[in-house]
This record gives sequence, structure tokens and C-alpha cells, in this order.
Amino acid sequence: MRLALREALLAFRRAPLLSVLSVTTIAVSLFAFGLFGLVAVNLRSALQRVEERVEVRAFLAEGTPADAAAAAIADILVFPEVATAEYVTPERALARARTELGEFEDVFEAGVLPGSIELRLREGQRAPATVAAVARRLRTFPFVDDVRYGAEWVEKLYRLRTIATVAGLALGAAFAAVAVIIIGTTIRMTVLARAREISLMRLVGATDGFIRLPFLLEGLAKGVLGGGLALGLLYIATRVISAQLIEVTFFDPPLAAGGVLAGALLGFVGSAVSVGRQLRRV
Amino acid sequence: MIRYTSVHKEYPRTGVALTGVSLAIGKGEFVFLTGPSGAGKSTFLKLLFFEERPTRGEVKIGPVSSATARTRDVVDLRRRLGIVFQDFRLLEDRTAEQNVAFALEVIGTPQGAIPARVARALAQVGLAGKGHALPRELSGGEQQRVAIARALVNDPFVLIADEPTGNLDDRATRGIFDLLRAINASGTAVIMATHNMELIRRNPYRTLELNRGQLVFDSADTPGDGEGT
Repeated sequence: MRLALREALLAFRRAPLLSVLSVTTIAVSLFAFGLFGLVAVNLRSALQRVEERVEVRAFLAEGTPADAAAAAIADILVFPEVATAEYVTPERALARARTELGEFEDVFEAGVLPGSIELRLREGQRAPATVAAVARRLRTFPFVDDVRYGAEWVEKLYRLRTIATVAGLALGAAFAAVAVIIIGTTIRMTVLARAREISLMRLVGATDGFIRLPFLLEGLAKGVLGGGLALGLLYIATRVISAQLIEVTFFDPPLAAGGVLAGALLGFVGSAVSVGRQLRRV
Repeated sequence: MIRYTSVHKEYPRTGVALTGVSLAIGKGEFVFLTGPSGAGKSTFLKLLFFEERPTRGEVKIGPVSSATARTRDVVDLRRRLGIVFQDFRLLEDRTAEQNVAFALEVIGTPQGAIPARVARALAQVGLAGKGHALPRELSGGEQQRVAIARALVNDPFVLIADEPTGNLDDRATRGIFDLLRAINASGTAVIMATHNMELIRRNPYRTLELNRGQLVFDSADTPGDGEGT
């Protein structure tokens, strides 16, 4: 193991240019993949923020007493889909309308707006069918006049999320495949540059496992370095985009660590495949 | 020690390389292997260190048979063989010492034992003072000596040399050949492929001649010609 480690380290010193090229290629491939990942992460969190605003409003008949509304809220909070339920009095509805639509404040007169119960749904309970089911149940209360939740808007949001997920998976797989091919080719160049050494090792009686080990360690180290470099570049890109264009969030620590781990895995597997191929040849 | 029994080797692209070769080589023998280019010399040698396996027939080296040898057997066998090539096959970025040590390191020899064995092997080939030189700083003859030291460092029972003097001038050739003779005199069998007929004529060792994949001459079969077994 000590010898394998020494050989792996020496490989960087013996062929510095090729090593830098390998690390850079891995970094650039993972950077491209990571950029796409950043877009996916930010799109997902944006959609999630929008989704959190999905709201169901049950408008109450005129003259519904406040204690009837309070009793209804207690019943509604038992629904498994419901996160919060709040009673909005006609006066509060009027005040809110005047604040939100300041230009038209003269239009609103007291008693024009009905009282309502406003519901927010739990995460994972905002699918169009679920929202519609909650609305149907609300309509069964005798003092509920109407229920609104922007059915069309919720459906569009969900369609957008499905499209984003499918496109994200497809593009992500494509980016990952390209990264694997490029990294594999780079590592193969390293292995080919040392083909003579590999054939010599075999001729003097080294086992295949012994021959593989330094290359695997080298691939692993290059993968970690490439992954770390890509992560650094992505962080810089995030800061620049946030400062110049739009606020974007960076990967959370587990995801960032996953990226470096992915680099290490790519380096390791790429080396294993390339050395295996070379060993079959000599 | 070494036995070829009805060995036939055929490559998918280039066809028959060896056919019907049967012979035995005894312990400590010195054998010349000759024949024109394409006669099958390299294939004959590759079969010896199991880089190739016969298409038919059997090559047996000690207890290891081409018919039954597993990867581990081949690895163990190669650790007891020394192999030298015409083009030296040294690692250009390592010193003479490191090239020789390489053969010990890759088979897991304890680090503490390596320097003494390397020094002994380099001294044996007459390069005691050149251990720190890189291959490009050495002459062709010296580079071949490093390759021989690398082959000797594991105390092989047979040294396989594929045209070891092919790239050398007359003086270096004589030096390398004298070295191979000395190695043989110490008990190691030497099998040397060569085109150098002058060398063969001047030295009374067993000669095998291949032509178009067939063994056309074995001096061991000719009474009074060569030493034989």
C-alpha cells in the first residue's frame, strides 16, 4: 500500500502536465454538470416557494357568526392535508383589499367583501387533485358560499414541475454521461502513457491487483482534486451571478460533498476501467 | 526443466507462428535460438514466459504447464524468470538503481532488503558506480546491462534474452555476451534469441534454429555439434 501511494504521488511529479490536464478536464466536466445542477436546485427551490403560496379560500355567507367560523376552523384543522386555517373577518378583508389595491380604495365599501376561511396546505399535499378534494369538502359546510383556489394556476404549476423534473433528469443524465466519457478518456491517456510500465510490471511478476492499485489511487486523487476545483469554480460562479444578475443559492453542504465524492468516484471508476482494458491488452 | 511438446501456435490475424515444436531444455543450459525474421523466435520466447499460450500442444516449465496454469501460477513463474529485450525496456524517468529496484518492489520485496540486492545485481553486471544514472545518460551496452541486472535481481533459474545484442555494436555485444556466459556459469540457464551467426559459430552452445514456425535444427540432435542435453 505504501508503495502504491508513493507511485500514485510520483505519477503527478513524473507527468505534471498530463496530471494538470486530467484534473482540469475532470474539473471542467464536473463544472458543466454542476452548473446544470445549480440551475436545477434553484429552479426547484423557486417552484417550492411558489407552491408554498397555494392557498384555498372558503367565502362565507353573509351574516355567518364568528363562533360558527371558529368551529368550522377546528373541524378543518383535522383534515390531514391542512397546515393552517385562519378566519378573515369582512372588516379585515376590506382593510386588506384597500391596502393591496390602494388605487381603487374608494371602490370598496364596508360590507362589500364577505368573510372567509383561508387555508394553507401541507407540503406534498398541494397536487391539483388534493386541492380540489379539500375544496369539495369545504363546500359541504352550509355557510360556505364559494371556494376558490386558482385551479388552473395550481395545475399549471404542477405541469411545470413535472416538466422541470423530467427535463432535469434527462439533461442531468446526458451531462453526467458526457462527463464520464471525457474523464474516462483523460484517465485512459494517463494509463496509455504508462503502458510500458504496466507491461514491465507484468513481466516481472506483479499481480494485477498490485498494478491496479497506484492507478486507482491516482484516479481517486485526481477525481477529488477535480471535484474540489469544480466546486470552487461553481461557488465563484454563484457569487458572480448573485451579484450581477439574480440571487441564486449554492449547493447545501451534503450536496457539495456529494459533488466531490462524485468526482472521486469518476476518477476511481475511470481508472479501474482504463487499467483493466490495458491489462487485458498486455 | 523446460519442455515443449508438439507446440502449435496460431494467431487469428497472422496465422501459424509455430508448428510441431518438441524439445527439452535442461537445468543450467545455454541455448541459442536463431532463424530468420518471422521464423517464430519471439513467439517461442513468449510461450516461455506465458505471455502467449499454445493453440495446441503443451509448454511446461518446471511444474507449471500451459494447459493448466492459472494467473497466480504465471505470476509466480515470472518471479523466477529473468527477461531481457533488444530494446532494453527501461523506465526512462528512473535511475539505473530504481529500474532494478522496480523488479523487487512490484513483487512486494521488503523495502529494507532492496538496496543491497540492487547493489549486488548492478555490481554483477559491472555497473557498480552508475546506479544514479538515468538510462539516457548510459550507452546502449550499459542500458542493456541495467536490463540484465533487473532480470537477475530476483535470482532467476532461467534468463530469457530476446536479441539482447541486436541494438549494440561489436564491442558492446561481446561485453553483453561475456556477461550472459558468466551468468550461465553461475548456474542460471540462458536462452538467447539472436541473428548473430558469428556469435553462434564461435561458442559451442546448443543451437535451436527455427524457420517458418518449425524447428529445423537442434544441435543437441547432432552428435558432436554443440553441447546438448
